Amino acid sequence: MTEHGIGARVARKEDKRFITGKGRYTDDIDLPGQAFAFFVRSPMAHAAIRRVDTAAAVAAPGVVGVLTGADVAADGIGGLICGWMVKSKDGSDMKAGGHPILAKDKVRYVGDHVAVVVAKTYAQARDAADLVEVDYEELPAVIELTGAREGALVHDEIASNTVYEWELGDQAATDAALAGAAHVTTIEITNNRLVPNAMEPRAAIGHYDAATEQHTLYTTSQNPHVARLVMSAFVGLAPEHKFRVVAPDVGGGFGSKIFIYAEECVCLWAARRLGVPVKWVAERAESFLSDAHGRDHVTRASLAMDADGNFTGLKVHTTANMGAYLSTFASSIPTYLYATLLAGQYKTPAIYCEVDALYTNTAPVDAYRGAGRPEATYLLETLVEEAARETGRDPAALRRQNFIKPEQFPYQTPVALVYDTGDYEAHLDAALELADYEGFPARKAEAASRGKLRGIGFSCYIEACGIAPSQVVGALGAGVGLWEAGKVRFSVTGKLQVFTGSHSHGQGHETTFAQVMASKLGVPYGDVEVLHGDTDQTPMGMGTYGSRSLAVGGSALVKAAEKVIDKGKKIAAHLLEASEGDIDFADGKFTVRGTDREKSIGEVVFAAYVPHNYPEGLEPGMEETAFYDPANFTYPSGTYIAEVEIDPETGVVEIVKFTAVDDFGKVVNPMIVEGQVHGGLAQGIGQALFENTVYDPATGQLLTGSYMDYCMPRADDLPSFDVATTETACSHNPLGVKGCGEAGAIGSPPALMNAIADAIGTRLSMPATPEKVWQAIRSGAAAQAAE
Amino acid sequence: MYAFTYHRPSTVDEALSLLRGAEDGKLMAGGQTLIPTLKQRLAQPSDVIDLGGLTDLVGICEEGDVLVVGGMTNHATVAHSDLVKAKIPGLAELAEMIGDPQVRNRGTMGGSIANNDPAADYPGALLALNAEVVTDRRRIGADAFFTGMFETALEEDELVVSVRFPVPEKAKYMKFPNPASRYSMAGVMVAVTGGAVRVAVTGAGPCAFRWTEAEAALAGGLDPAAIDALVVDASDLNTDLHGSAAYRAHLVKVMAKRAVQALA
Repeated sequence: MTEHGIGARVARKEDKRFITGKGRYTDDIDLPGQAFAFFVRSPMAHAAIRRVDTAAAVAAPGVVGVLTGADVAADGIGGLICGWMVKSKDGSDMKAGGHPILAKDKVRYVGDHVAVVVAKTYAQARDAADLVEVDYEELPAVIELTGAREGALVHDEIASNTVYEWELGDQAATDAALAGAAHVTTIEITNNRLVPNAMEPRAAIGHYDAATEQHTLYTTSQNPHVARLVMSAFVGLAPEHKFRVVAPDVGGGFGSKIFIYAEECVCLWAARRLGVPVKWVAERAESFLSDAHGRDHVTRASLAMDADGNFTGLKVHTTANMGAYLSTFASSIPTYLYATLLAGQYKTPAIYCEVDALYTNTAPVDAYRGAGRPEATYLLETLVEEAARETGRDPAALRRQNFIKPEQFPYQTPVALVYDTGDYEAHLDAALELADYEGFPARKAEAASRGKLRGIGFSCYIEACGIAPSQVVGALGAGVGLWEAGKVRFSVTGKLQVFTGSHSHGQGHETTFAQVMASKLGVPYGDVEVLHGDTDQTPMGMGTYGSRSLAVGGSALVKAAEKVIDKGKKIAAHLLEASEGDIDFADGKFTVRGTDREKSIGEVVFAAYVPHNYPEGLEPGMEETAFYDPANFTYPSGTYIAEVEIDPETGVVEIVKFTAVDDFGKVVNPMIVEGQVHGGLAQGIGQALFENTVYDPATGQLLTGSYMDYCMPRADDLPSFDVATTETACSHNPLGVKGCGEAGAIGSPPALMNAIADAIGTRLSMPATPEKVWQAIRSGAAAQAAE
Repeated sequence: MYAFTYHRPSTVDEALSLLRGAEDGKLMAGGQTLIPTLKQRLAQPSDVIDLGGLTDLVGICEEGDVLVVGGMTNHATVAHSDLVKAKIPGLAELAEMIGDPQVRNRGTMGGSIANNDPAADYPGALLALNAEVVTDRRRIGADAFFTGMFETALEEDELVVSVRFPVPEKAKYMKFPNPASRYSMAGVMVAVTGGAVRVAVTGAGPCAFRWTEAEAALAGGLDPAAIDALVVDASDLNTDLHGSAAYRAHLVKVMAKRAVQALA
């Protein structure tokens, strides 16, 4: 390992501009003559639009134009799409209601976009928006999952508000396992709804150049090429070759910036229609209302065990809240990214899962850090812990007993996936030691002497990253391929620009990818510049989500680097008057095997651009592109152990120790990986203890629409984490990497909730607020007193 | 935010005359409530009169056995003042618990008490410490000053000049913060001044109030067990997403007991 190569703790290149306030975000970009958009949003959860009167707004000072759903229809602009077809058990296609970029006939949730006012200043746009008169006829609204099938129809043509009723696994075998079990543990569990809360709100600037017919959209996107594709092919805003999407610095996404939203489409369309660049930056209140939310499941599940504690079957029924419209990847989250993970780390032979996805009059729900996998992990790891408690088994020992063993890989689960590598006992053992599990009873007793309730909880998660290969996901309904592209471009002086189709919005690609390139090509780390986020600059790419960037995007760059090396060998062989087969490449040098004759990569690159002495027939230049379509998902896994102390008088939960041991395969930059784990843990802890999205069940008003009521985790809520890694390399990508972006958010909620249950003897729903904990302790004490 | 006319007077008289001359004027101290309210377009004043230029109203001094805090003194200043730490350490601790560093560096004591947010921290302190609010025209005792939710005894055109705190023998504030906003969900200050015990509660009800039963129970001495026997009536307390009235009632007892424990 060199100072800046693979495995080194290299400080992030991008942080210099971020921490000195020099980042360039969408809102930092101003185009000449730009106007500002403000969206008129529905104040009601469900209403028919009788009439929209824009006359007063159009006449207001500074107004450039006011556009409505009728204008969208008149211009023949299409609607937003959900890009993953999920079929119901009966073989029928999922039911996707129309999703216009401005509502025309109905509004379907509080915050639904009805009209846009474009004016010379933002204040003028906002003032004029107050003058847009919308005549609503309020309709009964469906807010909660309970009763959603029987409620008013969110989309008139979709019966029972049911998007699909999907299944996975072997029902008969699972029923038989449950029937024959020595013990069955059954739970009902809710996965709370979350607001993504990226630090930078969504923003967009649409621009149209009438002379060149070129469309440009600056936007807060995790995947600019996908945005261009959807807005071109489905919304019909511009042909792809006349359409550039730029996602500059983006301040966090957590999934919420994967999706193609109405607002950015409207900005581009309005820019062309009104003849001015149109900028929109969400206010925080709009982010709460209109960013796609995460999770929101209600599940009933049973785990069957034999008399020895071996898991024999798992049966799951989940109802998933889709909100009012199907967001870009919404349909895949509670199905292919959820039910396929229900085997966890265990060799449970029979699994069957049913998922019913329902519409409600709430904001759309889609992927949020972890996306399906946190839901699976929370369910499974709660079940396993409960099973241990019910049967008097040690929770760590019960898990160990049921683990898939290292020699069983590759392992075909009963829920479609084939795990390639893993060693679950390795991270369990490491975590038990790091957490000093053996010392827990003494710590619990000591805490009790101080009047505190101490508890410990486990979570052994598995996740599937780098969704692939394209053929398989295509067969499962994905509308796109899930490859990635990378381009390596040497300059004449030997400096390196690498272009990736993935996108960094906090992950640190500019550093990690440069480390990979420095290692593979033997050039100085400082000579590598990583470029991303501009469809006119980078090769086609599918973007960043599902912890795929390094495993898929990094692999594409490695493949491109290999092409460079192959070509370099031809050039070096010519220069060194040797046979190509005798040339080795290592540490930036092409060497004639068994001799000290060599050419540096700089010399070879120079020869490629100044080909005075050059192999006959070989193209000059040194620029290579590779597309990489993985052979399988990658399967990170880990063991998390939470230890809490609870103040029984107030119900406050203090996390006194949190141990996270992850197997991410090979690690390129341990510091960035630790940072990713820390951030993920904070988000998972946020879900478990603090965050909750509450709609008024009667009116559908968002009650947690600001930080006064939506509780984010803060630094002083968190302990100093104990993190470590174990390593089983991914078997099928050239870097052996698995992905680390989501693990913390996936593994931590059940560990924490299990620790709380261990401390107070009662299982709570998330978030475990102080009042809930206090009530549970009080009820428990009352029950004890009554005995 | 709607458009308004901005003023920055340098004297109290100038500020009040601007206010009286405005169609619908609003005084702004630190702006920690007013500015978010304006940004959300929940208020549309014709004029905003920024009191930031009233430098005479900034500062902390001692007058005999009374600590005087200027109305425009910010929370960070109170929290870090050696004088406050020496005379009423419980008040400095309370100031340090308000909001976050940004809020503490902008928000002022006068602004906080004039706004009288039911979950603000200072109203409880003024009640427990039996403070006196000095305005441009009179002095108002804390018991008479806080009249209801976001309501005070201040006239429409009356301005807080300073707050006078009689130096107590001891005082302690215990706060259970709202996990989201970090405002007080149940904050209790217990103070002993001239031998008399006062117990004030903020955050739990629609307005800060004195818990007279606790004061009576503690009159014989600061015994935490005296709190155990009391029952807090939840019927007048707040219920919201973060805590029911019953939980708040319970927290009031716990916070009071912990304050007494800290003082005993």
